Amino acid sequence: MATSAIDPAVFAELQASAGADFVRELIDTFLEEAPPMLVELRETLAAGRAEPFRRAAHSLKSNASTFGASALAAMARELELQGLDAATPAALAALAQEYEGAAAELKALRDA
Amino acid sequence: MHDTRHAPARLLVADDNKVNRLLLTRSLELQGHTVASAPNGRVALEMLREGAFDLLLLDMEMPEMNGFEVLEQLAADRALRDLPVIVTSSLEGLGNVVRCIELGAEDYLAKPVNAVLLKARIGASLEKKRLRDQQKELVRRFATPEVAQDLQQSGFALAGRRVRGSVMFCDIRNFTALVESQPPEETIELLNTFYTLMFDAISGNGGVVNQMIGDGLMAIFGAPLPLADHAGAAVRAALEMVELIELLGSERAEAGRAPIRIGIGVATGEMVAGYTGTQQRATYTCIGDTVNLAARLEAHTKIALRAILVDAETCAELGERIATERLGPVAFRGKALPVEVFAVPCGAAASA
Repeated sequence: MATSAIDPAVFAELQASAGADFVRELIDTFLEEAPPMLVELRETLAAGRAEPFRRAAHSLKSNASTFGASALAAMARELELQGLDAATPAALAALAQEYEGAAAELKALRDA
Repeated sequence: MHDTRHAPARLLVADDNKVNRLLLTRSLELQGHTVASAPNGRVALEMLREGAFDLLLLDMEMPEMNGFEVLEQLAADRALRDLPVIVTSSLEGLGNVVRCIELGAEDYLAKPVNAVLLKARIGASLEKKRLRDQQKELVRRFATPEVAQDLQQSGFALAGRRVRGSVMFCDIRNFTALVESQPPEETIELLNTFYTLMFDAISGNGGVVNQMIGDGLMAIFGAPLPLADHAGAAVRAALEMVELIELLGSERAEAGRAPIRIGIGVATGEMVAGYTGTQQRATYTCIGDTVNLAARLEAHTKIALRAILVDAETCAELGERIATERLGPVAFRGKALPVEVFAVPCGAAASA
C-alpha cells in the first residue's frame, strides 16, 4: 500500500498493550459499530440535528484514533468541531471513503 | 508493607462507545483489576450505588446521562462523593477539561488512553483514596459517628453555636478504692467493660459521648445533631446504664469481686456546642451553665445516695412519662441560688 490509512506505530502499540488476539476482536467490534455511525452522520445532517451529529462524529473520531486511523480521525474531528454548518454530503462521502480504506486495512491486519 | 498501588481494585468503566469500553476494560483487567462496565451515566450511577467500587473511569459524551451530570450527582451523594473519578475522554476544548476537574474529577486522560499513563494515574488515585479512607476510619474511631458526620458535612471550624439539649455526666463510685483493691490489668478491663456498656446505652438513645475522663464520661443529647426529645433520651439512657451496671455487678459478685455503682447527673437547657481547642488538636464539646449543673448533679449523687439526679428543666420535659421524686433545693458551689433537684428512681437504687 502506497499510503497507509492505519498508522503502524499506533496499531503496534495497541497490540502490545492489549494483546494481538484481543485487538482482532476489537477490530470486529469497530467494523460493526462504525457503519451505523456513518449512517447516523448522514441522517442527522439531512435532518439538521446538530447534537447527535456532533456526538456521532465524536465517537468515530475516538475509535479511529484508537486504531491509528489518523486521517479518518482527523476528518471526523473536523466534523465534530465545525458541526452541521460546515458539513456537506460531499464531506461525508469523503469520510465514508476514508473509512472503507481503513476498514480494509484493519481486516488485513486482523487476518494477518 | 502491602503496596496498594499494585493491589487489585474494583473499577467501573462508563463509556457509551463499545470499542472504547472493551479496550479500557481490557487494559484494566491486564493490570489485574476487577472491572465492570456501564454503557451510560445512568446505569453507571445505579451500579455505583449498588456495589462497592474503588474508582470510576468516566467518559463525558454519553446518552441518557452524560459525564458532567454523573459528576454532579456523585458530588451530591454523601456515600459516593469521595469516589475517585478519572475522566477518559476526547472532549474538545480545555474548558471542558477544567469543568471536569472543577466538578470533582481526580484526573483527566485524553483518548486514546495510554496504558502506562493509565496505570500510573489509577495507582495514584487508589493510593489517595486509601489514605482518605484511613483518615475517615481514624476520625470514626476517635470521634463519635455524629461528630465524624458533622466534620464531613460542615468541615472543621473552631466555633460554637447555641443549641438546646441535655448533658449527662456519669462516673463510677469509689473508683479509687476499687483501683487499689485489684491489679491494674483488671481495672483496665473493668473500664473497658464499663465504657462499652455506657456507650451502648447512650448512643442507643441518640446521645454522644464526647469525653471520657478516667472513670467517668460526659455525654451530649441534642448536639451536634438535633434530637427531638433530648431530655427523655438522656434519662432513658441513664436508666439503662444503671440497669447494665447492676447486671455487671451481679456477674462480678459471682466471680467474687466487689460490686460497682455509678452516679449520673442530667441537666437540660441552652448551651454552646462546637469544637474547642487549637487548629491542631480539638474536641467537640458543650459549655455553659447547663453543663456545669449536670456535673454538680452527678457529684451530688454521692450525697443524695441516688443513682440518677436531674434538674427541674429535665424533670419538666419528662412530664408524666418517667417518674421523678422531688428532693428539694440544694445549694451548689458556683450557683447563686439553690437549685431544685429531682431523683429518678431506678433499679436497686430505687429501693435503697
